[in-house]
Amino acid sequence: MGDVLSGLATGFGVALMPFNLMLVLLGCFAGTLIGALPGLGPINGVAILLPIAYGLGFPPESALILLAGIYYGAEYGGRISSILLNVPGDSGAVMTTLDGHPMALKGEAGRALSLSAVASFVGGTIAVVLMSLFGPLLAQFAVTFSPANYVALMVFAFASLASLVGKSTVKTLLGALIGLMLATIGIDSNTGVARYTFGLPDILAGIDFLIVVVGLFGMAELLHLVEQQVSGKLKTLPVDKSFVRWADLARTKWTILRCSLIGFFIGVLPGTGASVASAVAYGTEKRMAGAEGQKTFGTGDVRGLAAPEAANNAAAGGAMVPMLTLGIPGSGTTAILLGALLMFNIQPGPLMFAQRPEIAWGLIASMYIGNVALLIINLPLVGLFARMLTIPQHYLTPLIAILAFVGIYSIVGNPFDLFMITWLGIFGWFLRKLDFSLAPVILGFVLGGLFENNLRRALSISGGDWMILVDNWKSLLLYALALLVVAVPVWMGRRARKMAEADI
Amino acid sequence: MTLNRFCAAALMAASLTLPTFAAAEVDSPECVAPAQPGGGFDLTCRVAQTGLAAQFGAPMQVTFMPGGIGAVAFNLFNTTRTDDANAIVAFSTGSLLNIATGKYGAFTENDVRFVGTAGADFGAVVVKADSKYTSLEQLMADLAADPSSVVVGAGGSVGSQDWMKAALLVRETGASPMKMRYVAFDGGGDAIAALLGGSIEVYTGDVGEMASHMEAGDMRVLAVMADERLGGAFAEVPTAKEQGFDVEWTIMRGFYMGKDVSDADYQTWVDAFKAAYATPEWEQVQTEKGLLPLNLAGDELKARVDANMATLREIATEAGLIQK
Repeated sequence: MGDVLSGLATGFGVALMPFNLMLVLLGCFAGTLIGALPGLGPINGVAILLPIAYGLGFPPESALILLAGIYYGAEYGGRISSILLNVPGDSGAVMTTLDGHPMALKGEAGRALSLSAVASFVGGTIAVVLMSLFGPLLAQFAVTFSPANYVALMVFAFASLASLVGKSTVKTLLGALIGLMLATIGIDSNTGVARYTFGLPDILAGIDFLIVVVGLFGMAELLHLVEQQVSGKLKTLPVDKSFVRWADLARTKWTILRCSLIGFFIGVLPGTGASVASAVAYGTEKRMAGAEGQKTFGTGDVRGLAAPEAANNAAAGGAMVPMLTLGIPGSGTTAILLGALLMFNIQPGPLMFAQRPEIAWGLIASMYIGNVALLIINLPLVGLFARMLTIPQHYLTPLIAILAFVGIYSIVGNPFDLFMITWLGIFGWFLRKLDFSLAPVILGFVLGGLFENNLRRALSISGGDWMILVDNWKSLLLYALALLVVAVPVWMGRRARKMAEADI
Repeated sequence: MTLNRFCAAALMAASLTLPTFAAAEVDSPECVAPAQPGGGFDLTCRVAQTGLAAQFGAPMQVTFMPGGIGAVAFNLFNTTRTDDANAIVAFSTGSLLNIATGKYGAFTENDVRFVGTAGADFGAVVVKADSKYTSLEQLMADLAADPSSVVVGAGGSVGSQDWMKAALLVRETGASPMKMRYVAFDGGGDAIAALLGGSIEVYTGDVGEMASHMEAGDMRVLAVMADERLGGAFAEVPTAKEQGFDVEWTIMRGFYMGKDVSDADYQTWVDAFKAAYATPEWEQVQTEKGLLPLNLAGDELKARVDANMATLREIATEAGLIQK
């Protein structure tokens, strides 16, 4: 404990230096914008700015503080276009569209933006507090999480997402299946065989998650808007001056706390990140909300908005834990941050805290400051962002298109990806016409890939013995939890019906 | 010493004053990293960017072209940018393996011009610090007795160079690499986590990435897959050859250009690399980026690549990666 406090003192000493403080603020602001642009997410933001930070000749701690600011700033910013445009700003913000955008349509964009900013703040802060207190301990636990445990975690995730089943069970399952099929494209890592690539080199490594998100959500939404415009069904939204109320916070406080913890733990595990965390958090909360929640979630429920936002920011913090304490990157973005450390000749890992405390603790302290800064930056800007909705549609639609195309092209520079998002957009638009929900497609894509890879890893470890999936307490605990999330709402529903019958 | 330094300085000064003459056509040098930023190809390009800074009149730009494990860039430079005199593309032994196994399509190593190298890295056989294996011999004995008794894992798919390192070990024992129990992870980070967590027993990684873990002492390197013993943190680690096993895996990192680049422009690049190899700055940037010296340019490099390709094709065919 004493170590942590003295470490933090060192860290704040570094992070509060005027120059570093300025960089935190700059990074957070730039990150918010990068996150808000569809197509550009934390991974690209950090990757694009890494060479710049390196080239400017900043001391390593300052450069890292700037990059980390961009990282969690982007996790904040991702929600903005999710809520306003129904286009996720980054991959962790997919679930935010489900309740965030309906709130905006109801004229509550300001309320949604400010509530999600608070949820993000709480999620991010809980993550950084847990990280400073138990970081090394958690990282030790995280590495013992074996492929078999990941399989169990994915089963739990699928179980909690069963609540996403919308009007038509068949269509939800079909949607998830489409997602699973998209995930199988590319080189299969367990045999080295290219699957469904049809000789196209561009998809040899699979389809990037970002391209699926921007295509299926962004471009499909765009086509939907154009269609409405042509058919004259488009309604202009009133100017929106709503803001988060104390009652909203009181109503969501347990949701935010629970989802921060869920998000943090999923974030700490290497290989799972903000997108899985926010999906599990949303699914769990919808389950917990019971029969009443089944109706309101997806139509602009504040809990459905707070859950994924608290979780994705907590996961962003959690992903830093194995990177800082063990030198193992848990996500794409932390892999780039690790690359940044190596570029500055700093060896991440347990020794970093002893050898370069100013960097390790300076980075952690900057996360405390960054979270506060982001809340302060974001709340006053809510009104400005909300006014974006009053931009006439015939300006807004081309604007989204340009942002999506420029965003995707700037990352990869491959024209093929532009065709890809267009095709996926048309496909997504058809699915919407057919009354499919797109969230199961995305989740099938993310979870399916993780599920398949880890199942096959587990089986190659055991030499084909399926018992490996159940011979560990962590797996068993997760299966039990999975059973619980499925069974409890059913049982509660039955009891409620019986009570109602008894009343008659 | 002073004379050497003077010569180096004179060389640098000369190259600085004559950039327009030396680089007649190369006016905006570009290094294409065929991957996302932050990875190995990014580092390769950074070596060229810093190391060649004094050789050209204009600063070198690093651009990224991820997609299909490098196949997108390889195909682009075989179809549209075949005569781009300004651009070099980063490659590694992994790319050569992909060419050998046909993952890059119909184009081969003869369809591009290899210019120069950035440096080298070597394979490493790694176990957890408290593993029962304390020498490569013990591990090889177990693999020889039953190749499926040891769980080996790494960050690449079956048929990738990470798999290849493990396959070479198994092949050395006389068993078929296909009998090996290999677990493919998404990148070295996840594989190291699995090693520390006890999911896998042996990790076939690279020397470069292990450097940061050596001091922490949570992992043990049984052998480096180099021809000769390395220095620094690895001075105490024997090579596989020292321990009596003829396995070696050098990861060569370098650059190629399109096939139709003129001989004059190609020569400009080769000369630029050769001039840079002589400077202390080159050595410094190589070390900073975790690479070991391997300086080959022009024909020397082409000869090495051809030799490598022959070996790779042979191993890949034996391992069943190339079906005839």
